[in-house]
Order: sequence, then structure tokens, then C-alpha cells
Amino acid sequence: MNESAVPSTTPRPAWLLPIWSLAQREIVRFLRQRSRLIGAIGQPLIFWILFGAGLHGTFQLQGTSANDVSFQEYFLPGVAIMIVLFTSIFASISVIQDRHEGFLQGVLVSPVPRSSIVLGKVLGGTLLALVQSALFLVLAPVLQLVGLAPAIQLNLTLAGTSGALLFLTLVAIGLNSLGYLFAWKIDSVQGYHGIMSVVLLPMWLMSGAFFPGDQSPWLRVVMRLNPLTYGVAGLRQCVSSNPNVVGDLPSIPLCLAVLFLFSFICLAADVWLTRRDQGV
Amino acid sequence: MSAAIVVTSVSHRYGERLALNDVSFDVAQGEIFGLLGPNGGGKSTLLKILSTLLPLQTGSIQLAGFDLASQADAIRHTLAVTFQHPSLDIKLTVGENLRHQGHLYGLSGQILTTRIQKVMSQLNIADRERDYAETLSGGLKRRVEIAKCLLHNPAILLLDEPSTGLDPAARNDLWNVLSEVRQEENVTVLVTTHLMEEADRCDRLGILDHGQLIALGAPSEIRSTVGGNSITIDPLDILQLSSEFEQQNIAFRQVGGEIRIEDVQSTTELTRLIDTYSQQFRSITLGKPSLEDAFIKLTGRRISEDTTDA
Repeated sequence: MNESAVPSTTPRPAWLLPIWSLAQREIVRFLRQRSRLIGAIGQPLIFWILFGAGLHGTFQLQGTSANDVSFQEYFLPGVAIMIVLFTSIFASISVIQDRHEGFLQGVLVSPVPRSSIVLGKVLGGTLLALVQSALFLVLAPVLQLVGLAPAIQLNLTLAGTSGALLFLTLVAIGLNSLGYLFAWKIDSVQGYHGIMSVVLLPMWLMSGAFFPGDQSPWLRVVMRLNPLTYGVAGLRQCVSSNPNVVGDLPSIPLCLAVLFLFSFICLAADVWLTRRDQGV
Repeated sequence: MSAAIVVTSVSHRYGERLALNDVSFDVAQGEIFGLLGPNGGGKSTLLKILSTLLPLQTGSIQLAGFDLASQADAIRHTLAVTFQHPSLDIKLTVGENLRHQGHLYGLSGQILTTRIQKVMSQLNIADRERDYAETLSGGLKRRVEIAKCLLHNPAILLLDEPSTGLDPAARNDLWNVLSEVRQEENVTVLVTTHLMEEADRCDRLGILDHGQLIALGAPSEIRSTVGGNSITIDPLDILQLSSEFEQQNIAFRQVGGEIRIEDVQSTTELTRLIDTYSQQFRSITLGKPSLEDAFIKLTGRRISEDTTDA
């Protein structure tokens, strides 16, 4: 067989077109399944209101006085990250469903580069996560008007807003790539729920999203090792203009560096895995 | 005529289990080739290897002139595959499914629109373009899937048990479609099946059992290996009847709960059996050799018990 004849007889596989096509499919599917919308944004919103009301007056950040920071104000970026997490989980579960329904096999026998398959999935999940979490950050402060949220000091500058979008995007890429990694290896949705409970949710809990955790020495260490901590910290510094909230969080450049690295490693692992296991 | 598929000495192991054992055959261009065999015989493994989903362990395979081991990407451009489960996205419409499929093969814009119109009219599904895939019947889903496959003008079409879940009418329809497509596009078709009446519609067949190719040829050639007609008896008491046959030196074979006498030369043999053993059977039939008979002769077993559903 003449190796050099191959490129001239077969078209170059498209790279960008399949990425966009697969991502678009994720979005269309999402919009056609209303229950996913409710699950991904409704639950975090309810958590935010209920925890805010429940812990009202009992929450106090270290080094601040009682009414400097309400729990809801502290929890706001945490809930945005929670929405990103839930959306990423739902999006990556679709890898398992695609495998069961045979759609994935159809994609794997096509000449699409394996990296396009990964990037298509991750891009779809990322766009969904970004839109929903941004929507939450816009809507949540409006709840002040109806008494479901206390006063919140938001950083409404251009730098703050674009920084927040950048952090949400990076966290979404990282979590979607991480979710893909699990979903590729697990062959049932039930199994994936197990991973969600013991890995993904604790990862979120130990990111400073829900509590500062800096009073426990071991928790402090775990949190410093958790890449999601840098997502929450970066986002918090971008959305809040309350000096008491920001405290001694990791610097923004450090947060960006960790998230870039984390997303890159997860994406690379996804591509490697998808190339190695040819299919089935 | 040049061969579109050349399989040479292919073996495949899952750990200790040998799923394919030194399988070799060729498929000519434009041929409909069937792989017949019981479930677990190795058909699906071979199909997965051919469709680049499983790595080739030993042996070599050429598809449309490309070497599978070194040119998988080139092969993916010329190949189309349908699996047992339809690979349609049920939340999307027929048109959307086709559009996404086209994108995977680098087709877009006006070229893609033209191709979609063409395959939809070819498979008679143009009026379903806006229907959600989940609302379609099994037979229509198969049609859409074949339409998906033809979008990129493949040279080779692989179908894994395409009639799974189809009623006999839809199955017949599927085969008519396959014949038309083969004629219009000169595409080579390889199909796996465990149904005899499907196997009979192929140009040539390979029979796979326990990972080995035990027969290869046109259905008529394979049937002719059985010899003459055969008599099948459904006995009331198989032990009693078989021991009587042994005493009478009648050559027979026990298959499942039935007794078969092969290569029957004249009808007098049948009438003699009816007269002599009239109290001992529920039914007695004389049949021309079928592929099932050939399989029984080769293996001593029926291909599967659920082939009577047609």
C-alpha cells in the first residue's frame, strides 16, 4: 500500500466543525429536557435562599464582626460554582447515555479526531454551565427586592464582571473534563452517582464554597490542594466588593494558574483515554 | 473484480477466551456478504474490529484498499456502520440527526443540504425530516440510520444484526432497501445475522461458529453440502424412537428434541416411516436442505432456538 497516496484520496478530517456540531447537540438536548434546567439551576437557588435564611445571624467570618458579611453574601460565589458543578455532572452523564444508546459508537467509527469528540462534549457542557451560573449571579441579587436575600456588595465593574466570566469558564472546562474522565470509565449512571457523592460533592464542599474551613488544620491543607478552591477564591474576588469577604484568599494570578493547569491536565487525560480505548 | 474487504488469518482473544480463530475471507466490491452464526460465535467481535472499534490483534485486514492496522483514519472515511442499537439521537429530529452526522464527516453548507435531500428521497423519509427520532417506528429508525450511513458516500457498509427489533414486514423492507442501495451506489455490504431467511438473501455467506469460519460460499452452495432432502420427526418419546431406529439401522441425527434423517433419496422412505411409526410422532416433515440443515450438519446444533419468529 502506497502510504503517500492516502492524503490525496481521503479528505482531511474536519476538526472544528465536529466540535461545534457535538457542542450544539448538547445544548439542543438540554433545552429539550426541561427537568435538567430545573435541576441544575433551581436546586442551587433554593439552597442559597434556605441556607441564607436558616443561618442568618449565626454566621460570622473570622476577623469580622457579626453583621459585616451575611451567609448569603458569602455563599453567593459558592452557589454559582455549584451550578457549574451540577451542569457539568449532567453533561458528562450524557457520555454514559450516548454509549448506551449507541450514539457514541456512531461518532467513534467516524473519522472525527478523538480530540474533537472530547472538546465537543466539554464545550457543550461549558457553555451550558456558563450561561446558567451567570444567569444566577445576575438574578440572585435581585431577590433582595422581594426580601429573599440581604444586601450584597457586588463588584459591578467591567474588570470584575469579565474576571467572573473567565473564572466560571475555567471552572466549567475543568469540571466538565473531570466529569468526562469518570463518565468514560463508568458504564452506568448509578455508578456515576456514586462518584458524584464521594468525589465531586466533597470537592465542592471543601473548596470554600460553603464554609471557610480555615479553623481546622487538616481541612486547611486539603482545601489548599483542591483545585476547585482556586475557582471559588478567584470568582469571590471578582464578584464581591466587600473587603471583609475577600480576606486572605489566594491571589488571582495563582488562581488562574491552578485552574489553567487543572483544566489542561483533565483535558489531556480525556483525549488520551478516548484515543486509547478505541470504543465499545 | 477487486476485493473490497480482505480478511486474512484474523484471531482475537478476550483474555483467555478465543473469540476469533484464524478467520480469512474476501468480499468482492458491490457484494452483499453475510456473516451467519449463533450469538457468541464471533460475528460482533469481527464487526467491531472491521469498524475500527476494537484493535486488530493478529492477522491483517484490508478495507477498500487500506490497511486496517496502519490506516484506520482513511478507512473511517470510506466506511459506514450501523450497530444493533440504532445510533440515532432520539431527542433530535431526523433532519438534525442527518446534519450532525454530515458534520462528523466534514460535510457542511449547501453540499450537506444536497446530500441530505438525496439520501432522504433515496430512503423515502423526506416527509419525516421534522419528526423527532423518538416518534419513529423501528423500521423507520433503521431507514434513517441507513440514510445517515450513506451521507458520505461510503464504499463499504457494515451492519450488525440490522433486523434486531424489527417485525417481518420491516425486515423485508430493510432488505429491499439494501438491495436498492447496493445497485444504485455500488456499495459493498457486510451484514451479520443469526436469521436464516436473511442469510438466504446474501450473495455469499460465511458461517462463524465458536470463532471459526466453518463454511464459505453462496447460500445455494452451502445448502448443497447437505445433499438431498431431509426428514424431520417430532417424536412423542424421543428415547424410544431413537432406540428403535438404532435397532433398524436407520441413520439419523438427534437435534434438540427432534430426529432428523438426512439425504433422503426417495419418498418411499417417508411413507415407510409414516406407516411403521404412525403412533410415535406428533409431526413428520420432508424438506429441501436449508441453511439451517447445513449448520446442523456442520455443528450438530441448531443455530438458535429463536429463529422461528419469522
